[in-house]
Amino acid sequence: MKKAMSLVLAAAMAFSFAACGGASGTSGATSTASGAASTTGTASGAAIKIGGIGPLTGGAAIYGNAVKNGAELAVEEINAQGGLQFVLNFQDDENDPEKSLNAYNNLKDWGMQALLGTVTTQPCLTVAPETAADNMFLLTPSASAVDVIKEDNAFQVCFTDPNQGVASADYIADNGLATKIAVIYDSSDAYSSGIHDKFKEEAAKKGLEIVADEAFTADNKTDFSVQVQKAKSSGAELVFLPIYYSEANLIIQEMNKQGCTATVFGCDGLDGLLTIEGADTSLFEGVMLLTPFAADAQDEKTQNFVSKYQEKFGETPNQFAADAYDGVYTILAACEQGGVTADMDASAICDALKTAMTQITVDGLTGEGMKWEATGEVNKAPRAVKIQNGAYTAM
Amino acid sequence: MEFLSYLINGISLGSVYAIIALGYTMVYGIAKMLNFAHGDVIMVGSYIVFIAVNQMGMPPLLAIVISMALCTLLGIVIERFAYKPLRSASSLAVLITAIGVSYLLQNLALLIWGADPKSFTSVVGLAPVQLAGGRLVISGETIVTILVSAVIMAGLIFFVNNTKMGRAMLAVSEDKGAAQLMGINVNSTIAMTFAIGSALAAVAGVLLCSAYPTLQPTTGAMPGIKAFTAAVFGGIGSIPGAFVGGILLGVIEIMSKAYISTQLADAIVFAVLIIVLLVRPTGLLGKKISEKV
Amino acid sequence: MNILKTMKKSTRSNLITYGIVVLFYLVMQLLSSGGLLSNSMQGMLVPICTYVVLAVSLNLTVGILGELSLGHAGFMSVGAFSGAVFWMIAGQSLPSVLGLAVSMLIGGVMAGVFGFLIGIPVLRLRGDYLAIVTLAFGEIIKNILNAIYLGWDSNGFHFSMKDATSLNMGEDGEVIINGAIGISGMTKASSFTAGIILVLITLFVVLNLINSRAGRAIMSIRDNRIAAEATGINVTKYKLMAFITSAFLAGMAGVLYALNMSALAAKKFDYNTSILVLVFVVLGGIGNIRGSVIAAAVLYVLPEMLRGLNDYRMLIYAVILIVMMIFNQSAQVVAWRHQVWEKLSATGPLQKLARVKKQTKGEA
Repeated sequence: MKKAMSLVLAAAMAFSFAACGGASGTSGATSTASGAASTTGTASGAAIKIGGIGPLTGGAAIYGNAVKNGAELAVEEINAQGGLQFVLNFQDDENDPEKSLNAYNNLKDWGMQALLGTVTTQPCLTVAPETAADNMFLLTPSASAVDVIKEDNAFQVCFTDPNQGVASADYIADNGLATKIAVIYDSSDAYSSGIHDKFKEEAAKKGLEIVADEAFTADNKTDFSVQVQKAKSSGAELVFLPIYYSEANLIIQEMNKQGCTATVFGCDGLDGLLTIEGADTSLFEGVMLLTPFAADAQDEKTQNFVSKYQEKFGETPNQFAADAYDGVYTILAACEQGGVTADMDASAICDALKTAMTQITVDGLTGEGMKWEATGEVNKAPRAVKIQNGAYTAM
Repeated sequence: MEFLSYLINGISLGSVYAIIALGYTMVYGIAKMLNFAHGDVIMVGSYIVFIAVNQMGMPPLLAIVISMALCTLLGIVIERFAYKPLRSASSLAVLITAIGVSYLLQNLALLIWGADPKSFTSVVGLAPVQLAGGRLVISGETIVTILVSAVIMAGLIFFVNNTKMGRAMLAVSEDKGAAQLMGINVNSTIAMTFAIGSALAAVAGVLLCSAYPTLQPTTGAMPGIKAFTAAVFGGIGSIPGAFVGGILLGVIEIMSKAYISTQLADAIVFAVLIIVLLVRPTGLLGKKISEKV
Repeated sequence: MNILKTMKKSTRSNLITYGIVVLFYLVMQLLSSGGLLSNSMQGMLVPICTYVVLAVSLNLTVGILGELSLGHAGFMSVGAFSGAVFWMIAGQSLPSVLGLAVSMLIGGVMAGVFGFLIGIPVLRLRGDYLAIVTLAFGEIIKNILNAIYLGWDSNGFHFSMKDATSLNMGEDGEVIINGAIGISGMTKASSFTAGIILVLITLFVVLNLINSRAGRAIMSIRDNRIAAEATGINVTKYKLMAFITSAFLAGMAGVLYALNMSALAAKKFDYNTSILVLVFVVLGGIGNIRGSVIAAAVLYVLPEMLRGLNDYRMLIYAVILIVMMIFNQSAQVVAWRHQVWEKLSATGPLQKLARVKKQTKGEA
């Protein structure tokens, strides 16, 4: 019996390796085909191959899917305009660095010429050094740690974590929002703990008092009663939440339950609160956040994006989708600036884009006049908004 | 006063664990398998209620009944196609299949309902009870969850000890072969166990999401593991043990968050579990197993 | 061929297992030097070795010792972090082969020590209780690693469980483990050759243990503990021996894994990873070492092969997992397979083949 079993497995293995040589091309081709089919049939073969990596399954699937959708929308628009053509192949990494590396190698086999990703920080820390070694251009829409852009081929669309932590503390102090502050953050998440650490440093400099500093972890984010109670009994006037909106929703509901009336202040991760299906948005009244993107902004560009996104995917886009959308347009702008064409190889494209990135200015959904430093950091101003009557209003 | 307030929070978290653990322990006690997919059936049950209430506008009670019916069906289908063929295989084989089922349900949910979190509207209409001049608040969800889990516990104990079907279950759990010889249909008894376990999962899902109102394809996974821990804590296979284990686990978790560290709460919970098992190797209320050669 | 025939059956079987690994190495190297290997496959070679080592070492606990462990990733993480910390501090300045070897040894020993500390109390428990305690242990390790901040400067180590700023390091200080972000900016050291050597060492250790006096003692405990005890076998000693060996090898695999990437975080080592390795062991056949080797390699590659399915990838993977399990383990399906096999061999074109097989068997 065991023999038969090993035979079957050995056969399967032989098959999988045989498939491996050829299939890597085929699998790429299928997704290319689906991408191309949804984009239009113009100039087939002369499109620049953009790879995307992010979590499409598992606990972080919200972020990966948003990025994928946002990027798809942008590629479709760009291809419809004529001019440079893009084709997008987005691969799942389950928010696991190891799988992210596999996805990256898979995309290389496909013939990727520039990488839009990865979506989450931890995998990006693993993939970025690989891209540097291969001289592959990397633009991450949302991985916000500073170490992500350590190499000169890596650029960010989002703010860096320290940048957000400092900006939040400054905003709170300069506008006199509060002096006693409670922080609730996700200590198992690089984004959240990154902002938290810098916020604490800057708050101390600005004379803000942190009266409660409470953590939670990815495995323990069901019950927030203790964290909220501690924040409440510490007498905090403001609760700082450098976390994502799905957990923030739970915390705000718990605050309401316990009758905690402190102001809620957050970073770009809180964007999306108003789009949660089934949520009682009246609880979010008065929540303040620093965000580069607001889905209900009145400018034409945002409205156009939001309506197209809703039509195509049946959801309201969050900041991740907007970052990805801007990311694709940034690659387009840089390609045009650097004179990149589809027949150049990845390394030549990377060299051209590296210089072009510091020369371009992009007016995107997540910021007017975005410019990039050679370090890879983006220069844009965060907007502070407050939720009033179920909508963002500028502060 | 703070302590009391933490205690109440602990009991309310514990009651959610208890109700999930009841389903776990029921299936384990009779079918002798760790059903790792239990947490994901909970998630499916919650989605059904969410859709029925929020999108189709049904009254919550009707939605819960529909969800229980569909989850029962789901449980029977899973049992028929994934577990029944492996009845005579090793228990590890069934464990791995259960994990496969868990992946399957999570990924199906992802494809059907998407990754965006849904905010679950509580189905409990009970107003919170205020004690000590409003300084202690017991939410309606907590009261309902404790009552429901106590009722389910009592119901299960009665069912297992006093009905024909229940006694058949006990017989199957003691010795499948002997039970068959006594004219008990082992297959349908085990299928029945899964049906009951899955219906309980639907109820547990509604109460979990009412107390902690967020719903994602992975919602059931971690509470599932914790409830499994609770079931082991109380002595897996023991129905009152699951209830006691669940409540205790919730209280320990909240207390370690409150007085030791919010960051290391899980580590502390698991450490307590290890210590308890070292002192009482079959859990708090588990049966002692005597071994024979 | 004569030597092969006169050999003990177990020795021959073991040689085949080594042969498969060496053959795999040679074929991959050949393909690689010919430029025929895709980037994707190239990138998976070291992880394959890692998971093979993990599966074989877990099979020692699950299949040979007969105790279900759900905390294998915990031992892996202990090895990975201790090995990586050594690598960051000293290993990088050593010659690369030596540095890697010493890191692995340190990782293995640290994991072995944890195996010993945990094994003493835990091995008193049985069955599913032991399983849940190993799961609990894995989660505890992950939780603690997530909260550790470790720095290194001229005064030595600085340690904190709060945040990086409370390390109070000197000017030349360098944060090595940064809480949840873990270790980043490592130079990579693992290679396919190193991975294959580790696989061969693992196989050598485990196969020799199984076929030794100690191994027979361990298996007798699995089959009947009380009877084994009655014949004078020191149950605790042999249980610990198997458990520690398993932990040691998992620790080495952890170092191989860690040094294959430039960043390392504790999040990876949760119960999902433990369960993944358990899936390899069960599908390869409990107690069947060669099965573990093959199953780990095939099942690791499988989800990558399914990338073309896009959104349905993990769904199909789950279905394949269930179907494979039923195909291999269900009594009815196995009986049906035998029937089909017999029918084919009795009447069909396979008849000849079967006869040839019988003949060769007779000769052997």
